[in-house]
Amino acid sequence: MTTVYDDLSDEESGEVPVSRIKFSINGRKKIAEVEPRLLLSHLIRRGLGLTGTHMGCDTTNCGACTVLVDGRAIKSCTMLAVQADGHAITTVEGLATASELHPLQEGFKEEHGLQCGFCTPGMMLAAKQLLDENPDPTEEDVRWALSGNLCRCTGYQNIVKSVLWAADKLREGQS
Amino acid sequence: MYPSRFRYEAPRSLDEALTLLRDGGEDAKVLAGGQSLVPLMKLRFASPELIVDINNVPDLAYHRQDPDGTLHVGALCRHAELERSGLLRDTQPTMAAAAPLIADPLVRNRGTLVGSLCHADPQGDWASVTMALGGSVIAQGPAGRRAIPVADFVTGPFQNVLARDEIVVEAVIPPAQGTRAGGYLKLERRVGDFATAGVAVALELSGELVAAAGLALTGVGGSTIAATEAGQALVGQALTSAVIEEAATLAAAAARPKSDHRGSAEYKRHIVRTFVVRILTAAAPAAGPADAADAERAA
Repeated sequence: MTTVYDDLSDEESGEVPVSRIKFSINGRKKIAEVEPRLLLSHLIRRGLGLTGTHMGCDTTNCGACTVLVDGRAIKSCTMLAVQADGHAITTVEGLATASELHPLQEGFKEEHGLQCGFCTPGMMLAAKQLLDENPDPTEEDVRWALSGNLCRCTGYQNIVKSVLWAADKLREGQS
Repeated sequence: MYPSRFRYEAPRSLDEALTLLRDGGEDAKVLAGGQSLVPLMKLRFASPELIVDINNVPDLAYHRQDPDGTLHVGALCRHAELERSGLLRDTQPTMAAAAPLIADPLVRNRGTLVGSLCHADPQGDWASVTMALGGSVIAQGPAGRRAIPVADFVTGPFQNVLARDEIVVEAVIPPAQGTRAGGYLKLERRVGDFATAGVAVALELSGELVAAAGLALTGVGGSTIAATEAGQALVGQALTSAVIEEAATLAAAAARPKSDHRGSAEYKRHIVRTFVVRILTAAAPAAGPADAADAERAA
């Protein structure tokens, strides 16, 4: 496999250090050669072409770049790609199956949980960790779990409803 | 944004990490959770030549209590583990109150208490909490381990006393002499913003009386502030409203806030005073543990 990135030639150094990493993305195993200063968000968007992970502030504030690493929601702009070595990454592209939306995606559709949609992938992944750990969250639990993800459109009301909708649907599926 | 180019090493043992640091020269940095270091590197405020990523070093992701009550928090123990910890909920009210207030849930999944202490941000919450509890960090270097009280560890904004070939392997909180009480309150404009002001209170109660008290302040000075006189005013006293008022006044006097976009100096001092009153009122034995928890949530 060949991976091509933009040349970040903002530095004099001719020698480019490269690390080889093995990881999985949405259940598929990958090998990549990355410069250690590449961020996980860059690897996902540019290296893997999975542009569902959005870059908002790029300063660890907004949560738009949230992905799951081993099931835990983290900001992919604040983790080095090389640190993904040996870990399992889930992005928003990993939520739906070929034929079916994930209940969280359905919930956002049913409850109008998005307007511009920029924060939505991050919201869904932060919510996924919550629902994986707590299938029956209260409204406060949902607000708490999403408190690291900023939305500038919705006022959050419908996002919270969407997650609660998904929680109901997931619980129905299990009973 | 990209960091400057650096060499990356991910050692699989502490010895290997220490050797890398020793050979790495002036400009080597230890990477744990990375929730402060990576943003600083992206902004090029920090441009280390060597990153020693300790995430693959085994046996650092713990927090545990000795039979005598001493608490140990390993260098890779994430904030989220502390937030969920039943041990902290049962035995460390000040830490249990602070853990959910660190940054935001995404940062808590990755960042570490020890990393926060090493980063030495005057607005770091754990520094005040561990200082109020009389905590130390354990630094390991070529000559072995040494304990450094948190109060002596941080020398100024983003500065600590670590030698460049030392790694903090854990933070330690000494056992209490009585029943622990206290809490942590922080005012922030929104979740994840730096503290406008924060107050940590760690009490050890013997019946109605305060046997020991530590108070420390977040974000109201060039470094974390130990409000020592406020603590001393509590020792040997019952938590009556007069005693609480006096401690709050002394704590507010210890603050050295600056006016900025988060509020005026006077406002921040007022917040310190208010938070001390709230925490001590909730901690008074008459209020009982359930009431105290409610009061803190309401605050």
